[in-house]
Amino acid sequence: MALLPALGLLGGVLQIGPVHLGADPVRTLIHECGIWTLRLLWLTLLITPLRELTGLNDLLRLRRMLGLFAFFYALLHMTAYVWLDQGLDGAVIVSEVIKRPYLALGMTAVLLMVPLAITSTNAIMRRLRKRWLVLHRLVYVIALLGIWHFWWQVKKDIREPLVYALLLALLLGYRVVKAVALRRAKARSALARAPEKTAAPAL
Amino acid sequence: MSRPYGPHILPSDITPEAVFMDRRQVLAQGLAGALLGAATPLAAWAAEPAAADRYKAARNARYSVTDTPNSYEEITGYNNFYEFGTDKSDPAANARNFKPSPWNVTVDGECEVKGSFALEDLLSPQTLEERVYRMRCVEAWSMVIPWVGFPLAELLKRYKPTSKAKYVAFTTLNDPKQMPGQRERVLDWPYVEGLRIDEAMHPLTLLAVGVYGKALPNQSGAPLRLVVPWKYGFKGIKSIVRISFVEQQPRTSWSHAAPNEYGFYANVNPAVDHPRWSQASERHIGGGLLAKRQATLPFNGYGAEVASLYQGMDLRRYF
Repeated sequence: MALLPALGLLGGVLQIGPVHLGADPVRTLIHECGIWTLRLLWLTLLITPLRELTGLNDLLRLRRMLGLFAFFYALLHMTAYVWLDQGLDGAVIVSEVIKRPYLALGMTAVLLMVPLAITSTNAIMRRLRKRWLVLHRLVYVIALLGIWHFWWQVKKDIREPLVYALLLALLLGYRVVKAVALRRAKARSALARAPEKTAAPAL
Repeated sequence: MSRPYGPHILPSDITPEAVFMDRRQVLAQGLAGALLGAATPLAAWAAEPAAADRYKAARNARYSVTDTPNSYEEITGYNNFYEFGTDKSDPAANARNFKPSPWNVTVDGECEVKGSFALEDLLSPQTLEERVYRMRCVEAWSMVIPWVGFPLAELLKRYKPTSKAKYVAFTTLNDPKQMPGQRERVLDWPYVEGLRIDEAMHPLTLLAVGVYGKALPNQSGAPLRLVVPWKYGFKGIKSIVRISFVEQQPRTSWSHAAPNEYGFYANVNPAVDHPRWSQASERHIGGGLLAKRQATLPFNGYGAEVASLYQGMDLRRYF
């Protein structure tokens, strides 16, 4: 199902089906692939809160597929820019990425997705264990780079990136609240186990 | 209240444009009618076909490029007109109920003749011509457009600007009821643009009333808009309601919204990048998926005609 947008866009390219790329098809393709990257990334970040609130552990398998598709659309997005927009002109692309911060952010985000994509198999998950969890926390950085990249390339109307930024704030905020609550719970249980250490000194 | 723009001429004295354009035919009909005792020739101007035909103007080859124009669908379906929404397809979708008629334009400021004028009165003495111009948006895409209009200079001269008139400022209609995009403060409404007096008087500067031999559709800036082909497209202010001769450089909308990104002059210049993207190349609309970007030309290719206006000016500082 995550393939549907790509199929729609392919239809747009071939001029069959309901998707129309409009007067500037290259720009439309770049934008649509970028937006789907963000949407799928945000959906991967929704899995944990959803899982914890509903207890549906099966959602974990869905998360891997969504993450890999986010990477897929990110690659399409970058390919559309590098090939269709810039005509594979290496010198111009390098110079542009250096000069334009929003491009550097986007490029970094895609590069950071690579190790996550490579380490997405069950075998590697088992081998890395705790380190896998640490590595995949990079998704927070990737998401932040992605929304920043989007916000910085908008000409004036920031309403679309604003919506994604607010959603991300909620998704990340959930983790922050959870971490704070966990630390408080740990502190409370530490207090309960060792009262003599924290009792007021006898006068 | 309307004031005449000449010492003894009333707006009612002005020959209706359709009659003026068909004057030879009208005279011939009048002569034939007088000889045959038929009805008055003024009935000719009331006929519908004449009113629509006024936009089928002859091409001025001296000021037209030979590039193939973009299609009518591209020109009227891919627009930046934030008064109707910020997506490229929004103006065509949201401008359907906009009323470009009746339309009045106020002329004021440092000039001898001022007032509020009906569009018909503004247009009737002008001979319309077709000009095929390149249009380059600051977003780095471009089109070739067959405008129908007349040189702005011809209009401005009628109002006799004084020596204090160093700039001309233009204002778009401010009506959120008709222009739903104005309900959002994406820009500081109403949209304002301006030109230095010599830029405004340049023969290339066009007041357009039509495109492709038809009246301007609403999304293209009906009924009256500015076209300055050597500058970025945002200088081409649309749906003009006010023209003012002013002494100080006007505060233009995009320059006010992002002063480090959009300047007053906004001359097309591949050597001066937008802070966030390059201006060295552009994507020509209609080229298709695999079309390569084109190199952007200084002054959008009109350097021979306009470079002299900016001699000695630091074009990076005055961008």
